[in-house]
Amino acid sequence: MALLEIRDVVKTFGDFTAVNHVSLSVEAGEFFTLLGPSGCGKTTLLRMLAGFEQPDSGQILLDGKNVAGVPPEKRPVHTVFQSYALFPHMTVAQNIAFPLKMARVPQADIKARVDEVLDDVRLTQFATRFPHELSGGQRQRVAIARALVNRPRLLLLDEPLSALDAKLREEMQIELINLQKEVGITFVYVTHDQGEALALSHRIAVMNKGQVAQLDVPETIYSYPNSRFVADFIGQCNLLDATVVAIDDGKMKLEIEGVGIAEALPVAGAAVGARGTLTLRPEKIKLGASLPAGDDHEVHFKGKVHDCLFLGDVTIYIVELDNGTLVETMLPNAASGRARFFDDNDQVELAWRFDAGHFVLA
Amino acid sequence: MRNNRLAKWLISGPPLLYLLLFFAIPSAIMAFAAFRFPGDYGGLLPLMDVNPDTGKTELLINAANFREFLTLENFARFFQEPVFFELFIKSFWYAGLTTVICLVLAYPLAWLIARSPKKHRDLLVLLVILPFWSNFLIRVYSWMIILGPQGYFARSINAVLGVIGVGPVQLLFSHFAVILVLVYVHLPFMVLPLYANLEKHDMNLLDAAQDLGANAWQRFWRITWPLSLPGVWAGAALVFIPALGMFAVPDLVGGTDGIMIGNLIKQQFLDSRDWPFGSVLSIMLTLAVLMLAGLATLIGRGGKRNAL
Repeated sequence: MALLEIRDVVKTFGDFTAVNHVSLSVEAGEFFTLLGPSGCGKTTLLRMLAGFEQPDSGQILLDGKNVAGVPPEKRPVHTVFQSYALFPHMTVAQNIAFPLKMARVPQADIKARVDEVLDDVRLTQFATRFPHELSGGQRQRVAIARALVNRPRLLLLDEPLSALDAKLREEMQIELINLQKEVGITFVYVTHDQGEALALSHRIAVMNKGQVAQLDVPETIYSYPNSRFVADFIGQCNLLDATVVAIDDGKMKLEIEGVGIAEALPVAGAAVGARGTLTLRPEKIKLGASLPAGDDHEVHFKGKVHDCLFLGDVTIYIVELDNGTLVETMLPNAASGRARFFDDNDQVELAWRFDAGHFVLA
Repeated sequence: MRNNRLAKWLISGPPLLYLLLFFAIPSAIMAFAAFRFPGDYGGLLPLMDVNPDTGKTELLINAANFREFLTLENFARFFQEPVFFELFIKSFWYAGLTTVICLVLAYPLAWLIARSPKKHRDLLVLLVILPFWSNFLIRVYSWMIILGPQGYFARSINAVLGVIGVGPVQLLFSHFAVILVLVYVHLPFMVLPLYANLEKHDMNLLDAAQDLGANAWQRFWRITWPLSLPGVWAGAALVFIPALGMFAVPDLVGGTDGIMIGNLIKQQFLDSRDWPFGSVLSIMLTLAVLMLAGLATLIGRGGKRNAL
């Protein structure tokens, strides 16, 4: 039995449907992420799990029991808020002791458990500080410690890293993964940052317009997006409109609009004449002044460099094909002493294997 | 740097000068008056006079005769006669009770205003301060009509009391009337600082507290109340101190029994023409308030930064 089961949940605000028939389940010990752009319903779903909102229809089951009507203070679910929501008039230790006091844990145990969790988040020497005397990262850790100390069945995290700068965010990501492994508590994590979701999660539910667009492990979400939306939302992706022109054993021929014929892996439900999008990640495209032909599995196109974006570790090249279509590709700057291979308007050749892209039906 | 300093003086200079002229110097004069004798026809016994022979103003006080001009007797009188101390206690009790009642009434009101939709808040605050638009004395006089024996209010109360065999009671000229009107007059001074404080509270904190297991009462008592204490202290000071020195309200609705320390001070200056003793009473009142404020600060400071 799954720890958390969401069954056909709907939530509307006025005539806006925030969550539209969502069903999913989360296993105990999982790091589960709700990923989507703002307004996709992920935060509303989280607030329903916490108990701040009630679903209009559908059920939320925690350990097999329907939690409808159970107020937030009675749920074994704690939230790490985006703004941290630390109590400004309490010290770090008092903040962390708060849920234990509410649960009427004996005073002697409170001390021991606060000390333990302070040690977990490496804040022992800050116990008597007030929140305004801490840095952003430290506040973040206090918020997590406070939500974890009572060992909830479920920990909800609402964009917890969005207020931190990039470098600190990366550090905190690693800390979060380790902490989750260590405490073994199930995390439901809400974010709009696809990189964060890919790095942290066991499974991701990509949400769009109140619905789950795709639910899978990060690798599958990235490599085999099931829709144009998911492909576009997760990472950088070339989206090429295409029509299926032939299907034979293990391969499918696509007519890419304005580009030409290319082969791709067949997908379920695609018949000859079906329209859709070939999703092609920039790092899966080969780029060179001229590429050796001869591999039957590859398709080649010629073009010229339209734009270069030097990012340090890699350089993004936007290539304009002969017929005007723009394709994004990248090269790692791995060669010593060389940061850039092509300049604007250089003639180049592109190639990709038939299984580099992934076709999604429109 | 220099311009900066000049600007600071230009900004803070006028109010400082104003306070010096109309607060600090008069206070010093009053403090000095507490050690002098009353004059024959009120005021103070003069320390200088015009010499009829020379026509020049001369100092009457000197090292040999200063005991005829300066005395500690006014203070001795205050401490020897318990009636003054009792009146102090009573006034503190009145002002304290007024403050507590104002707090109990104002807190829910301020909270409701702070939680109401933003577009309504200004209007609600305006309604709170609306009474200030009519004259203070008129408002107190209207209470005399309401509470007076001929008023509908007093008559209906006594009618109800008559049914259960109690009464009739006199509402006007009673302790009750003084407290009632003191609360009425001071209520906005409690509402406004409380509102200003509660309005700034971060609602996420209450969500977080609830999420972590706090019920409605615990959310109030552990989050909202401690965070609103600065507003509570500000409101309490704005109500307690003026209520303590109030003489108009007890004068009008308190009758003979309802007088407060303010009435006594007014009497000393205007009726008994004993300025020195009036000054003693004023100084003692000021000292008592300062001590109380100091005590409150000490209590407020204690108990912070303990680990749990």
